[in-house]
Amino acid sequence: MAFKPVLDNGVYLRDSVQTAAKILVVGHFAVGKTTFISTMSEIPPLRTEEVMTQASAGVDDLKGTPGKTTTTVAMDFGRLTLSEKLVLYLFGTPGQQRFVQVWEDMSRGALGALVLVDPDRLEESFPVMDLVEHYGIPYAIAVNRFGDTSHHSDKEIREALDLLPETPLVNCDARDQRSSANSLITLVRYLQSRLN
Amino acid sequence: MTTPDDPELELEAAPLVRAYVITNGRSLPADDEFSLITLVTAAQDMPPTGQLDPEKRRLLDLCSGGYLAVAEIAGHTELPVGVVKLLLSDLTQAGYLYTRAPVPPAKLVDRRILEEVLHGLQARFG
Repeated sequence: MAFKPVLDNGVYLRDSVQTAAKILVVGHFAVGKTTFISTMSEIPPLRTEEVMTQASAGVDDLKGTPGKTTTTVAMDFGRLTLSEKLVLYLFGTPGQQRFVQVWEDMSRGALGALVLVDPDRLEESFPVMDLVEHYGIPYAIAVNRFGDTSHHSDKEIREALDLLPETPLVNCDARDQRSSANSLITLVRYLQSRLN
Repeated sequence: MTTPDDPELELEAAPLVRAYVITNGRSLPADDEFSLITLVTAAQDMPPTGQLDPEKRRLLDLCSGGYLAVAEIAGHTELPVGVVKLLLSDLTQAGYLYTRAPVPPAKLVDRRILEEVLHGLQARFG
């Protein structure tokens, strides 16, 4: 039986694409994750919702704890076809501890993470960095300098975030494609260097 | 007995209850079966679809245009990821879908993949 595709052709991947890879774009609320993904994605960014309690919960449970199972976490993501055979997905992941379930799902199979930080609100990045480190995801820091009023030097930011000397730190304007791409390239180079 | 596509039921059902009904209350598949970036498309030569429920038909329609990642299917249908994984798992087992698994975790540090990602980014944005 023939089905009619319900979306435009540009939405689908090329038939030749065999492999999908994933990089996480993480950071605290309103740090610019969605902007970054919109800037880089070849498709309009999409949103998925992860329900925090298993859908297998019985009907009694639904009655007993009204609202409990409606807790959802939204994740924005985008797509970049990088070669005939390879597609890269960028997933924006919220940095709150209470979304640990989502983190387990997200971190599995991720090449690495780009941690977006706002130089005016460095301390808000601590929980997300704890999560990235907890899940053993290699990461680079991208300082979203848009609207920066702090004028912290890179060195000051490195110290405040207690970065290891090898952890890359780049400045980035999440609205700018070249700048955002450069921060991804920095992350991938770092991932390569870890193999040596 | 109301049918699942009864508009009244649709109106009354809260999103989560609806998700629960769609999955017949079964537990979600093991996480490693479908990841967010498993690629899925409709099979060329699929079994008859007459018995499929509306949600599964909707997913097949969406998948008939080419490959999409599981996360994209969830995004386009606005269904929770867990529910989409379960429905896709059913459809795959019944022969309606083909899948292309993502890079296996053991190969994530594969030099070739990182090189391909790097070259792709440089070619596009360098």
